[in-house]
Amino acid sequence: MADLSVNVCGIDFKNPIIPASGVFGYGREYEELFPLSKLGGIATKGTTLHRRNGNLAPRIAETPSGMLNSVGLQNPGIDHFIDVELPNLLTKDTVILANFAGSTVEECVEAAEKLDQTDVHMLELNISCPNVKQGGAAFGTSCEMAAEVTSQVRKATSKPLVVKLSPNVTSIADIAKAVEAAGADAVSLINTLLGMRIDINTGRPILRNNVGGMSGPAVFPIAVRMVWQVANAVKIPVIGMGGVSSGKDAIELMMAGASAVQVGAAIFTDPYAPIKIIDEMNEFLDSKGISSVKEIIGTVKPW
Amino acid sequence: MKYTQGKYRILKKSAIAKEMYSFVIECPEVAAIAQPGQFVHIRVDGFTLRRPVSICEINAEKGTLRIVFEIRGEGTAVMARLNEGDLIDMLAPLGHGFTVDPEYKRVVLIGGGIGTPPMLPLAGIYGEKASVITGFRSANAVILQEDFKNTGAETILCTDDGTLGIHGFVTQPFEELAKSGGIDAVYACGPMPMLKNIARIAAENGIHCEISLEERMACGIGACLGCACRTKKNDEEYFAHVCKEGPVFNAEEVLW
Repeated sequence: MADLSVNVCGIDFKNPIIPASGVFGYGREYEELFPLSKLGGIATKGTTLHRRNGNLAPRIAETPSGMLNSVGLQNPGIDHFIDVELPNLLTKDTVILANFAGSTVEECVEAAEKLDQTDVHMLELNISCPNVKQGGAAFGTSCEMAAEVTSQVRKATSKPLVVKLSPNVTSIADIAKAVEAAGADAVSLINTLLGMRIDINTGRPILRNNVGGMSGPAVFPIAVRMVWQVANAVKIPVIGMGGVSSGKDAIELMMAGASAVQVGAAIFTDPYAPIKIIDEMNEFLDSKGISSVKEIIGTVKPW
Repeated sequence: MKYTQGKYRILKKSAIAKEMYSFVIECPEVAAIAQPGQFVHIRVDGFTLRRPVSICEINAEKGTLRIVFEIRGEGTAVMARLNEGDLIDMLAPLGHGFTVDPEYKRVVLIGGGIGTPPMLPLAGIYGEKASVITGFRSANAVILQEDFKNTGAETILCTDDGTLGIHGFVTQPFEELAKSGGIDAVYACGPMPMLKNIARIAAENGIHCEISLEERMACGIGACLGCACRTKKNDEEYFAHVCKEGPVFNAEEVLW
């Protein structure tokens, strides 16, 4: 039994596996299937200052080895999150990353101020949602905007601040360096890649939003590449995600430089995916005689 | 337990119409708690997303469920290649089903096309109290007529092209029944235009109306918020989710 624990920004995780924001709600639905305490952490559904209805349906489309979504940050608002969902999550013996977003810098700051007053373990600032018109990805696609929102949010909280990055940029390493300089404690990547499908019988896009974020196994090699580039560009920890669906994938992303790994679309295929990934990582490490998962972080030997 | 995920054996497979298949599946823990109107979420090898399929029969004593599905695309085509004895990976039972009221004296069950299967468990419960109106494109797409007759329910069959039964849509015989009075509730599943018309006729005639909706879905259990449906809650617009708050909704709550 290898030691699977990792430490990110001073927070201890019993293992590196975290269901990604948006696929896991606030954990209630999956708790019917397994104890949440088995997870390294949980990144909660993206919360905004005010309740959001999200986009019209259809919000889901399948793609080869993946999917598109255009949910559009539907959520009950931060007060509901803090009053109802967070107290329940904090009893589950796992690290809670509160994912939040805003349409303006001020909204992000106000949300961070509210979260700072709670016992949540980490904040994950989403500057990369491809499905909302204002804010969201707009912050994440320019170094100046990314740095500005990060530095303002930084002032609003003393909790570990993770900034979640968009892959829909020319150089994700440059954005990562900008948020690092602005005070981020860690970065998480990749959010979804902007994609589109069309029903050729009707000529209509399948998503009512026309475009949406692509995730699933098809994006995994892009995630590996971007995690590797970012890990080489910054000194702060990197939380990797993007198409991880097996323990071997998680190991690969950690070798590329991730200190922890989020799991998204794989949970839709197999609701037990996070648990199986943890078990498979353990088996792999044991088979290689590696005593701690920490030993593999960033150990890729590039040509 | 609300739902579970597992691999279950297919006991019986039959082709029941053009590109329509029926599986009887041995899954005692699911059959023990499944309710009419609920669905199962099926993993298909090689695909990221599961396929939601409504439950067509629940036999808690034998520990079996029956599902009926149509080949709609690549995923359901792979599903249709499964055979008797094979295992099928299901997350089930899911969703909020139909409300059954033993006090009801007369109900109408309406199924359009592949919306017909979830009406069968209701027919099994209401029996002679039920009138079942089903509509299909054409005679070669007609399914489950014998199954409905075996429940003791009255059956009314419609086809769009008149090749079998009444030439026309299900709304026509429903409107006649609704106007004749004495109907406590109508339950329906099928295409949106059909459901919208049924809801209108039910409202005009003061009949309680429950409809089962369909939407593209990911998690199936209410976590991902993919399968949104516009509804009203406390007079405010609210995006409910077909997988958890549905698939069955009170028609009065739905914003068309």
